[in-house]
Amino acid sequence: MEAAPKPGSGAHVKGQGKKQKPRRYWEGGNDEAHPLPDKGSKRKWEERPQPKDAQVPKKPKQIREPRPKQKQELSSKQTQKVLRSKQTQKVLRPKQNLKDCNSDQKQELKPNQTLSGAQDPFPGPAPVSENAVNKFRRGGSKFVTKQPLKLVTKDKLKVAASEEEETSVRAARAELLLSEEPGFLEGEDGEDTATIHQSDIVEAVDIASAAKHFDLNLHQFGPYRLNYSRTGRHLALGGRRGHVATFDWITKKLMCEINVMEAVRDIRFLHTETLFAVAQKRWLHIYDNQGIELHCVRRCDRVTRLEFLPFHFLLATASETGFLTYLDVSVGKIVASLMARAGRLDVMTQNPHNAVIHLGHSNGTVSLWCPAMKEPVVKILCHRGGVRAVAVDSSGTYMATSGLDHQVKIFDLRGKYQPLTARALPQGAGHLAFSQRGLLAGGMGDVVTIWRGQGQGGFPSLDQPYLTHRPHGHIHSLQFCPFEDVLGAGHSRGFTSILVPGAGEPNFDGLESNPYRSRKQRQEWEVKALMEKIPAELIGLDPRNLGEIDVISLEQKKKERVERLGFDPEAKAPFQPKQKKKGRSSTANLVKRKIKVKDQEHREQVRQSLQQQQQQQKKLQTSQSTGPPPSALDRFKR
Amino acid sequence: DISLLPSGSLLALSHLGKAVDSLKDFPQSASEDEEAIDGERNHQKLLEKIGYLDGKNRLAERSEASLQVSEFSVSNEGTGEQLDLAELLGPIKSSSSMGTVKKQLKKVKNKKTVDLPLSKEERERISREAAYNKISQDMTKWDPVVLKNRRAAQLVFPLEQDGVLENCIGEVLGSWKARTPLEKEIFNLLHQNKQPLTDPLLTPVEKESLKAMSLEEAKQRRAELQKARALQSYYEARARREKKIKSKKFHKVLKKRNDKKILKNFEELRKVDPTSALEELAKMERARIQERMSLKHQNKGKWAKSKVIMAKYDLEARKAMQEQLLKNKELTQKLKVPSDSEHDEDAEEENGLIPDIVNEVQISTDGPNPWMQRNHGITTKTPPIQKEPLSSEESELEEDEKANEEEEALLQELIERRSLRKGSEVDQAPRRTEETEEVLAELRTLSEQINKKAKKRQDGEQSVNSSSAVSKEPSIQREEQPSLDERPERVQTMEALDTLGLDEAVQEQKVLEPEQEHRPSKQKSPLKKKKEPMAALHTIISGKTHQANPLSAPIVVEEEDCDEDATQRQIIKEAFAGDDVIADFQKDKLEAEKASKPKEIDLSLPGWGQWGGPGLVISARKRRRFLVKAPKGSARKDQCLPNVVISEKRNIQAAAHQVNVLPFPFTHQGQFEETIKVPVGATWNTQRAFQKLTAPRIVTRPGYIIEPIKEKDVESSPSHWAHQPYRGKARLHGYSPPPPKERSIKESPITHQLITHTPPLLPPQKKKKNLATMSTGDEASFWK
Repeated sequence: MEAAPKPGSGAHVKGQGKKQKPRRYWEGGNDEAHPLPDKGSKRKWEERPQPKDAQVPKKPKQIREPRPKQKQELSSKQTQKVLRSKQTQKVLRPKQNLKDCNSDQKQELKPNQTLSGAQDPFPGPAPVSENAVNKFRRGGSKFVTKQPLKLVTKDKLKVAASEEEETSVRAARAELLLSEEPGFLEGEDGEDTATIHQSDIVEAVDIASAAKHFDLNLHQFGPYRLNYSRTGRHLALGGRRGHVATFDWITKKLMCEINVMEAVRDIRFLHTETLFAVAQKRWLHIYDNQGIELHCVRRCDRVTRLEFLPFHFLLATASETGFLTYLDVSVGKIVASLMARAGRLDVMTQNPHNAVIHLGHSNGTVSLWCPAMKEPVVKILCHRGGVRAVAVDSSGTYMATSGLDHQVKIFDLRGKYQPLTARALPQGAGHLAFSQRGLLAGGMGDVVTIWRGQGQGGFPSLDQPYLTHRPHGHIHSLQFCPFEDVLGAGHSRGFTSILVPGAGEPNFDGLESNPYRSRKQRQEWEVKALMEKIPAELIGLDPRNLGEIDVISLEQKKKERVERLGFDPEAKAPFQPKQKKKGRSSTANLVKRKIKVKDQEHREQVRQSLQQQQQQQKKLQTSQSTGPPPSALDRFKR
Repeated sequence: DISLLPSGSLLALSHLGKAVDSLKDFPQSASEDEEAIDGERNHQKLLEKIGYLDGKNRLAERSEASLQVSEFSVSNEGTGEQLDLAELLGPIKSSSSMGTVKKQLKKVKNKKTVDLPLSKEERERISREAAYNKISQDMTKWDPVVLKNRRAAQLVFPLEQDGVLENCIGEVLGSWKARTPLEKEIFNLLHQNKQPLTDPLLTPVEKESLKAMSLEEAKQRRAELQKARALQSYYEARARREKKIKSKKFHKVLKKRNDKKILKNFEELRKVDPTSALEELAKMERARIQERMSLKHQNKGKWAKSKVIMAKYDLEARKAMQEQLLKNKELTQKLKVPSDSEHDEDAEEENGLIPDIVNEVQISTDGPNPWMQRNHGITTKTPPIQKEPLSSEESELEEDEKANEEEEALLQELIERRSLRKGSEVDQAPRRTEETEEVLAELRTLSEQINKKAKKRQDGEQSVNSSSAVSKEPSIQREEQPSLDERPERVQTMEALDTLGLDEAVQEQKVLEPEQEHRPSKQKSPLKKKKEPMAALHTIISGKTHQANPLSAPIVVEEEDCDEDATQRQIIKEAFAGDDVIADFQKDKLEAEKASKPKEIDLSLPGWGQWGGPGLVISARKRRRFLVKAPKGSARKDQCLPNVVISEKRNIQAAAHQVNVLPFPFTHQGQFEETIKVPVGATWNTQRAFQKLTAPRIVTRPGYIIEPIKEKDVESSPSHWAHQPYRGKARLHGYSPPPPKERSIKESPITHQLITHTPPLLPPQKKKKNLATMSTGDEASFWK
């Protein structure tokens, strides 16, 4: 859909490289797994640079706001084209199983002949670039084989390797289906993107996207907390003075709106949009999508912040009393209640990578918690003053914190926990939020600032803001909408939805979180998700731990077994000298022989280690010997 | 050893040797004593035989010195010396005739004395060993099969499946011939029409058409087809929807309309296509007949009877009854056949002949009461009225149209109401492009209207120009607007720019500027307003943004910013001077370190081995001696990270989920971890990969007997289970697997016997079976 050109300006629609006709329902070609969500009008974006001679001098900039986001199957011809063009890269062909090989042989016998007589112009499976495949590999092998392996072991390892290869090749192939590209915002020749106003963006994008920028003028019930559902389709608002509402924010269809007649501290959707939890003045309440109160959880009292861990079905609550409580919403049990010993807790976020809860404290530390541990797994000193806000990016690599010392810092969470960048802001940020693609939003007073990183996977650089916006009230909460280029800001005078090109992930997983899912699909997803629920005790810093052998208990078991048996069945038998005749087997002689063998073994070991050292030194020398050759006089150098 | 016995003369000689030996006092067993006499006789015979050894050459004269000389025999009795064979050989040295004997004797000489026969146990052991070797060698033929099955990713039982599908389809088709007469006939037909026989996918006609049709055309055609299909489905859906509507009124009106339409069509048809009109007429006639046959619209039905009772009091009921009767009349009315022109003329003539009044009367008598005929009369009247002047016709048509319009309006209303109801239920359906364009246009007009309103309002504000009025204004506005203001401002602002011009806008801004802090800027429009907040933002965001473009920003400003920064830092430092966060943290960290360190155990007992009492001091030496040092653990993870405390505690609950034994074939944990590295679930894999990874290791086909692997299969082709595609082909070429080799065991009866008599080994059949079952069932789980 193209926006109608303005009557007066003489603008013409340009850049139709990706022109898409609206889809009719009879136009097939969609995979069944992802039923067509919305006919047509949803998924277009336009490229409409303003003409240079337009009246507004500031405009010319390119804004692309891609709309999600559906797996599309390109026709085979297109794929061929795409892949042929990459022939400079090294290409891989997946290993074929036996049957495929046989069919290949057949092909050799009758080249390119099919039953219908038509010839396949591109026989065989399409090539895949190695870079794409490497992305899906699960890391190299950790162990090095010194001794020759058993045949059986070798077989198993070979099978595992081939499986990995095949799955990664398949995954790389399937990447073709991720057809949507992220949006971006570019200023024209050195123009600062931070100076671009929301209205400019709204003008430049298509109507559907423009409609995503809106204000809710709710001045009565005080500063608002907000939460988007996991699919990004629904929005829950909770006003300090008791106003609670949930609605489908894209169609603006209200689901429920109530006033709980009590202070509302926080609001959060549970696993689906049909349930949401509200932290009220005294207790935690759970409502359904019609606003009917389902539960009042009295064990979670005076809750200040809520976090929902979707894969574990845990609702984490931080309370004024200093408790961090995990509530399993699938069975309604409290899994763990941890005493943080750090006073009132009102800064909390979750690490989406490993479901660890981050709490910010008034003594400038951020503590990381998991329900199975009674003490914080990690405690990081971040600020001189108290911590005001914490946010963790979607890959779980970076943590942004802001403190009372007006600093915003970004920490590396990959083992070192060191600050990567820091920046002092005039007022300090009261709220922080990471987007799916790594944009960082900070709320300072009544200003929202968004920072962007350089390149994919990097942390946002705090030097230069990417966008700024000033809603009408003081910011009370911030969250990026998943799968949309939208930042939601709850403030004292309502709610503002801000367009941030390039914030959301353009391709969604239709089976995981589908913004267009029907009720039936949601129900099916719910069942599946419940079946795949991860036990709460598995939460830890490294989620890959589960794939490793528990070495400590392995050794413990071994030790116990040795104790039980009285000997080590796997140990190498010690040298036992043979009995010899004619007085040569005297005790002294036996001992001598034993020592001799022992010494020999020792010598062998020493020899080997020496060899290794020498090799290492050689390597070092070869690496170092880039400079001029050493002269004899070097020894007199000082 | 018996088996080593030579034959012929050598046998005799060796007998001789034996005899010689026996001449010595060879220890004789008891049984031999008893047979002494027999022995003597034998001895004699032997001697005779020796005598006749060579018929021609008689024994030479003997000249040995001996105590007893006999002409018949040689004896060493009395000499006390053993007879040596060499001595015996001496005399024959010269004679060449004894050459062969000599050779044989030499051989005998080289041979050592013959061993004793082995004991029974040993013999059995040896035979067992031989049998074991034989069988184990025999069993090796199973090895590749077993190994293969163990390694196979998936086994489908029964293993032997008919490989029909494996054969090339073309071959199968090629070899197939028509046999039955039906098949022959079909083939004949196919041949005649040049249809493909072996290649059934595309006929030549289709191929040609494929060639003829370009891609564009094909696409176009496809699009057309799609459109047609869509339209059809659309109409179907609509019909279904309308069918569902329960309103009787709606249906009644609809029906009427349809009837009218049909009639209209019929009229047209009569003019254009008389034949089809005839058909239509026939249809009508048929309907009439049916009506006459049935009692559907007469006052015989249940409903009609009830209405009759009601009719007395109820006007409506009476009306309904009358209507029904009218309908009956209408349907049973005999239709005029207008098909032929002659007929028409005839009719005209008739019309001309018979006065109108008569006709009218007829009608009146035939038809229902005139007052009952309201909208009706078209069907009855039109044929005769055709000749009437146009004006009257028109007027009637007009009437019709009016009625039509009324009905149409009614229908429209109904539909609208319905759609409205639907609209409230279902959320806004996404629209097509045409619709969106309309929407756009609407939006534009709407925005213009709003604009005008806003302008007016602003004008009003200007005139009032007081803060109180302004403060009231927004509240009113809020009331007016829905809670969600989606602001279609994009169009609005543009329009505003176009229409108002810059000056006005600026003026407005000037007016609005003071209000900005109080009021959210609803009508955000251009330039000045935009710049103003941006400037404010720049002041808020500290100097670093300025640093980004150093050319534009003056250096002085930077310095100022730096100063500001410094002062700010100073202020913050002062503010947090009281609580020393860092020192607290360090203390915490030290405590944590201490807590996690393993403690030393002091086992020294004060007063032990020395004088007790007050002022007791344990010597350093003693303390050192009884101190059990804690094992030096690995370094803390946060040793080099001053701002971090990482807990050293293990998550025991998570560890319960981990694997804590090294599974069988692995010797190192890394190897095992390697094999479970790839996740199996559908979340991380594509569908195909997921299916492959989770495919069951063993698949059994229901209803099939799973038999152990047969020996002949193994022997004929070891790669049988690989489903070789050319297996069938090989057969076609006359290849037949070699007949199974006769097992070598069966060749020699002895070994065969041995095998059957060896207890520790399993009989071959049983053993095989064992292996086969192992390869299928138990072993599978073992290898998992």
